[in-house]
Amino acid sequence: MKEITYVEAIHQALWEEMERDDSVFILGEDVGIYGGAFRVTEGMYEKFGELRVLDTPLSESGFTGAAIGASLVGMRPVVEMQFADFISCAFDQIVNVAAKNYYRWGGKTPIVIRAPYGGNIHGGAFHSQCPEGWFFHTPGLKLVAPAFPSDAKGLLKAAIRDDDPVIFFEHKFLYRRIKEEVPEDDYVIPIGEARIVQEGSDISVITYGAMVHTALEASKNLEESGISLEIVDLRTLMPLDKETVFDSVKKTNKVIVLYEATRSGGVGAEVAALISEEVFNYLDGPILRISAPDTPVPYSPPMEEYYLPQVEDVVEAAEKLAAY
Amino acid sequence: MDVERDTLHQLYYYLKLTRHLEERITSLYRQGKIVGGAWTSNGTEAISVGYSYALEKDDVTAPYFRDMGVFLVRGITPRRIVAQYLGRKTGVTGGKEGNVHIGDINFGCFGFPSHLADNYPVAAGAALAFKIRGEKRVAASSTGDGGTSRGDFHEALNFASVLKLPVVFFCNNNQYAYSTPLEKQMAIKDVAERSLAYAMPSEIVDGNDVVAVYKVSKEAYKKARAGEGPTFIECKTMRMHGHSEHDAAKYVPRELLEEWKKKDPILKMENYLLENNHASENELKDIDKRVHDVIEDAEEFAENSPYPDGKEAVEGLYATPIEKVKTL
Repeated sequence: MKEITYVEAIHQALWEEMERDDSVFILGEDVGIYGGAFRVTEGMYEKFGELRVLDTPLSESGFTGAAIGASLVGMRPVVEMQFADFISCAFDQIVNVAAKNYYRWGGKTPIVIRAPYGGNIHGGAFHSQCPEGWFFHTPGLKLVAPAFPSDAKGLLKAAIRDDDPVIFFEHKFLYRRIKEEVPEDDYVIPIGEARIVQEGSDISVITYGAMVHTALEASKNLEESGISLEIVDLRTLMPLDKETVFDSVKKTNKVIVLYEATRSGGVGAEVAALISEEVFNYLDGPILRISAPDTPVPYSPPMEEYYLPQVEDVVEAAEKLAAY
Repeated sequence: MDVERDTLHQLYYYLKLTRHLEERITSLYRQGKIVGGAWTSNGTEAISVGYSYALEKDDVTAPYFRDMGVFLVRGITPRRIVAQYLGRKTGVTGGKEGNVHIGDINFGCFGFPSHLADNYPVAAGAALAFKIRGEKRVAASSTGDGGTSRGDFHEALNFASVLKLPVVFFCNNNQYAYSTPLEKQMAIKDVAERSLAYAMPSEIVDGNDVVAVYKVSKEAYKKARAGEGPTFIECKTMRMHGHSEHDAAKYVPRELLEEWKKKDPILKMENYLLENNHASENELKDIDKRVHDVIEDAEEFAENSPYPDGKEAVEGLYATPIEKVKTL
């Protein structure tokens, strides 16, 4: 196996799916000649041609709607949002058309929307957001958010082959910062399955995306104090793999929910609610949430650092929880 | 373009079927049998009938809510449509959706989302798929005059024009967006002027003349199929009922309705057929009888159809269900 970056894994998944299936095509802003703002589609325009790697006008609602229409007649479009932040312009097409087509009238809508999201890149309020919560509240969508190159590749392939609309949240901070050995053969990671990325005995950290790596680092820092973290990477946010989460809670009896999105009303809140509702008797302490505060993402480095959950926040919360 | 006698008779049949089916729905609404609201295309039926009858079987439509003629012409039966209005299991969507929120991919009809002009980019996308695959198929979509002020309308026209897609966009310009008259919606005289900004050819047609709508549509589809790109067609008409059947439309001047009553699309078609010897009185009577029978049958079928089980509400969310996870 070869070691590749997170962004290479996404590139590979797209390339291989485009080769495997003629109905797969890519559309979005600057995905063609330029190869994508993050170079994810580099070389694809030359290989697959201008219609299958389609540079669109700057109109997220228009090209997302177009992807929906193409999917209804048998295509498997992959839409690139240049930044996840711009997905708001396509909100109506996603939540009212794509998400509801199958339920309302049986219209299969196999589209994938790739959404480069997340902060820690000094992008400010419009290039750093974690908008998964907006869509978490919309039945009919599937939401995935891988933390590792191997998961990114396998989940993107699964998303492309799935008959439902999938939003693929790829974390920009991870693009070129992590490497991993990734299988070279064709494989998929099933949508809807969380993964224990690190076994532990004292506290379950339920997390996803870049925060998985924050949790792993915190775990190392906690070795001295003898607190053992079990890290659950959700990988798929909707539908949520409750079983894996609950099994971990039953084992450790203590929970931290760690996420980069703003604090209120999102994935983290739902995970906390599910745990207290369904496995309350197993808890030995309060469910702690570590998240961004309820503000837009600030620009200046000290402010962004304050805003984003840090390793020390996890260490502090773990020490507090261990006392129960 | 000469239109064959049989086609003319079919256009007349679907005009009458659309009008009378919707009148029956209105009557069921007044009897309190319709579980939600009722919207009709009264006075504007020639548009949906004309543009959909001009399509080929493999083409697709992304209609809007005054497009009952499209559903009927494409082959969705009045039985399933009335059952849909009554919230029955036998309705087009099995009770998941109501009234004009109809869609059935087996008939090349995409579902109608209430958000007007949402179906414009969707139609453009189907046309994009046809272009990528090199198929000689076209997509048609429509919206009202109101919907042409939304962003999706403009994004779709631009997208389709830049990519020269085989799509034809229709506007049912019935002069009112709910209660808001045209002059409060836009500063231009003709909706078709909007297409100028996208270098898209446009046509303005008498929306009460089913033969004219049919012909202009046929021409536009022919161009689209030949790779010559999209067309925008403004069909001028008048909405003769309220926005929906609860709305008495007191904001519409009576004289305006009186004037348009004389231009009724069914009256116009009847006169055209008889004056040009395209149909005899007896032939028209036979058609009327068929329409009447189909509607009687549809109502009886729908009223005797069962409701879905309540618990079906939480079924069928995903086309690819997730085995491991119970989502609901």
